[in-house]
Amino acid sequence: MSLAEPILSVRDLRVEIPTPHGVVKAVDGIDLDVPRGSALGLVGESGCGKTMTLRAIMGLLPGRAHISGGEVVFDGTALSPDSLGRLRGDSIGMVFQEPMTALNPVMRVGDQIAEGPRVRLGQSARVSRERALDLLRLVGIPDPERRYRAYPHELSGGLRQRVVIAIALASSPQLLLCDEPTTALDVTIQDQILHLLARLRAEMGLSQVLVTHDLAVVAQNCERVAVMYAGRIVETGTVAEVFGSPRHPYTRALLRSVPDFDDRRAQLESIGGMPPDLITPPSGCRFHPRCDMAHPDCASVDPPLKALGPGRGTACRYHEELARSG
Amino acid sequence: MATIAATEPVPAREIARRRTFRNRWYRTPAFVAGATILLLLIAASLAAPLITRYDPNGQDLLHTYAHPSGAHWLGTDELGRDVLTRLIYAGRVDLLTAFFAVFFPFCIGTALGCLSGYYGGFSDTVVMRLVDIVVAFPFIVLVLALVFVLGPGQRSIIIAITIVGWVSYARIVRGEILVQKRLEYVLAARAAGLSDARIIARHLLPNVITQAIVFSMSDIVLSVLAIVTLSYLGAGIPPPTADWGSMIADGESLITTQWQIATFPGIAILLTGLGLSLLGDGLADLLAPE
Amino acid sequence: MDRFSYTLRRLAQVLPVALGVTILTFLLVHLVPGDPASTVLGQRATPQLIAQLHKEWGLDRSLPEQYWLFLQRLAHGDLGDSLLYGVPVREMIIERAPVTLWLLAYSTVLSMLIAVPLATAAARRKDGAVDQVVRAVPIVGLGMPAFWLGIMLILLLAAQVWKVFPVGGYGEGVWGHLVSMFLPALTVAIGTAPLLIRSLRASLLGVLESDYVTTARAKGLPESRVLLRHALRNGIMPMITVLGINLGFLIGNTVVVEKVFALPGIGAMIYDGITQRDFAVVQGVTLVLATLVVFVNVVIDVTYSFLDPRVSYD
Repeated sequence: MSLAEPILSVRDLRVEIPTPHGVVKAVDGIDLDVPRGSALGLVGESGCGKTMTLRAIMGLLPGRAHISGGEVVFDGTALSPDSLGRLRGDSIGMVFQEPMTALNPVMRVGDQIAEGPRVRLGQSARVSRERALDLLRLVGIPDPERRYRAYPHELSGGLRQRVVIAIALASSPQLLLCDEPTTALDVTIQDQILHLLARLRAEMGLSQVLVTHDLAVVAQNCERVAVMYAGRIVETGTVAEVFGSPRHPYTRALLRSVPDFDDRRAQLESIGGMPPDLITPPSGCRFHPRCDMAHPDCASVDPPLKALGPGRGTACRYHEELARSG
Repeated sequence: MATIAATEPVPAREIARRRTFRNRWYRTPAFVAGATILLLLIAASLAAPLITRYDPNGQDLLHTYAHPSGAHWLGTDELGRDVLTRLIYAGRVDLLTAFFAVFFPFCIGTALGCLSGYYGGFSDTVVMRLVDIVVAFPFIVLVLALVFVLGPGQRSIIIAITIVGWVSYARIVRGEILVQKRLEYVLAARAAGLSDARIIARHLLPNVITQAIVFSMSDIVLSVLAIVTLSYLGAGIPPPTADWGSMIADGESLITTQWQIATFPGIAILLTGLGLSLLGDGLADLLAPE
Repeated sequence: MDRFSYTLRRLAQVLPVALGVTILTFLLVHLVPGDPASTVLGQRATPQLIAQLHKEWGLDRSLPEQYWLFLQRLAHGDLGDSLLYGVPVREMIIERAPVTLWLLAYSTVLSMLIAVPLATAAARRKDGAVDQVVRAVPIVGLGMPAFWLGIMLILLLAAQVWKVFPVGGYGEGVWGHLVSMFLPALTVAIGTAPLLIRSLRASLLGVLESDYVTTARAKGLPESRVLLRHALRNGIMPMITVLGINLGFLIGNTVVVEKVFALPGIGAMIYDGITQRDFAVVQGVTLVLATLVVFVNVVIDVTYSFLDPRVSYD
């Protein structure tokens, strides 16, 4: 229980989804560490398994998806499916991508914030209402008394997302899992939400995992980053390390596809090739069909994540060659 | 990064759907099961003279209310007629009547729905008000009253159900046309100067008719139910013709002693409904756009 | 536009339909062959008596004149007198209405008691064992004639196998009603439940996949609350619309069921009216039923707008 221990540790997590066409290995053995009070960014293209990772940690996998291996350790305790259920809405909160659909359309937003504590902790209506108002203020929603009674469709996108964050904060969690929290929002609103998350980190020591495909968000808000591809983590490290000197071809390609962080609307240099098939992934290194520096043996050998130093790892065997070429 | 998919021209879409139908129909269990049940029922009613040697209306007053035996598998009724024979012949009457009671509303309703949906405006308002008025009446009550107006008989039943039943088809077809007529292929056809009639018949109709066909499956079930209900109430197929509804009515008073007279026609109706529902579900799956 | 003017507008749209209903009813009744006068008089019929009755009932006037008279009386709430019994139709309806209303209410409650748990259990595990069974229910149930089901239920539970319930009749007192009407209500309920199950299951499947249900689960709420307060609350509205749309179907079922179980309700009344050529009764009851259906649908529309705060009133 020391402060140096990460709030969340994931070891060899595997998530499988049976489909009529075969078993999709959405998450294929990943390791993650989230230090207390810091934010970890989890980046990758759509379908790489980052959302499934978050859902698995929360125990909220959809449909037939299930955890097929690995372990999740929260605050020093290994989680089982039962204990996961108890932590949900208590110590771990989740923020969703699309605030309009994440809120119950026929329920007032204040009630939705108050509901968690009221039902789980048995708080009286008045106490939970007070708390909800406090939370509305905390997330920066003006005129909280009036907004309490609003329905989701009566609020703007930015306010809605703040409500979603307020709901996640209602039980004073230690960890906040954010699934593309700003993707569906306007650029200016994005900044505000990210500021809010940063403030929560600084003032409340709230650890966070930010899942996104937007590298700029990670660069500006996270201390550490993990890059995912085809259900695997291919590179980890601090933001400075990974973005400053990437050690995996995929990371490099991602960075190249966003030439200017301040001008996201510039032409994207897309990464050639098709997204990988997760039922029968490519042999050897999964990225090799699209890699611009693939070696012959990359098609046959499947490289694991290799540690390069404390908290720094890459899954590319030719990372030194990469570092030299810049 | 995303490209806007071009809308396919009509013939290609039709062909694609037909192709998948041919490939998939035998792999859709509901469709196969339903079709099998129905084919068996239809075969049984068509081959009735081969299955049973009795005349469905042949009375045998010496052997009334006989219990099931080797000679009469389901016993005889109050006039000595073989129940099993009547059961099978009743299938003929009821199924045939139900078919026509769906076919005519299908045609009339589709036609009116096309006009109403395509032209909109006044004709649409008129048709929709008519629909509202007809729909306000409970189905059975209206059909019952109409049958009394028209006199008893198979023809009256078909006419009565047609007058009430066209409504559903009109609504379905109108709804589909409202959606389809905004699509690009219709605009292209109009830009090419094709006449309205040709657009409706050749381009819109094939695309909207699948919904109507799927509905007609459940409509046949409803028609069979309506016909037997009318007969049960004494307003349907007139005696002495065998029909499932009147058989149930006849058997009702004997329910404690000869329960099979009232029970088996009901099971026959159930099976018909089952077959048609399965067929309808299977059809809906097959015809649904991917 | 606000709720009030929306409600007014809906009511206004209903007027032409209501008028159409009266015309159709009137025409129907007057086209039925057979002369009520001869039926009533029976043996005593003479040309003078028949003519006299015709005059008394206004049957000697032209159709449009009769229709106008009909409308006038309608405006006063007068539905005419039964040709057979001489009693005002309105009174007959009021007397027999409770039975039918009991049947309708009882069967609606029962059908929801059947449909909601089944549909919810099916939607929770799509394609699971429960789901497969529940999906089969409408397929079998919709093909079942209501009157046959009633007879079978009588056979099983009243007459032959287990004699738990009475074979027919209305019963005395509230408890008596609940017992006597159980089988008829169950018959109607089993007829309606398949439609409700289908619609509720479909909408629940959609709702359970939605993000706000995931949010609710993420809050750590117990699954029962997630289902009740979030999933059902949003998913039940289409089912209620289906109930309203099928009101006509429901009433039709009660006509037959009342006959099978010998219940002195409005359905039985209309059937007798048709077979006995009692114009006034058929006219009056049909009018009341049709108006009821139209009215209920308006109520459902307006209620929808109260239940779903997203509905705009344009």
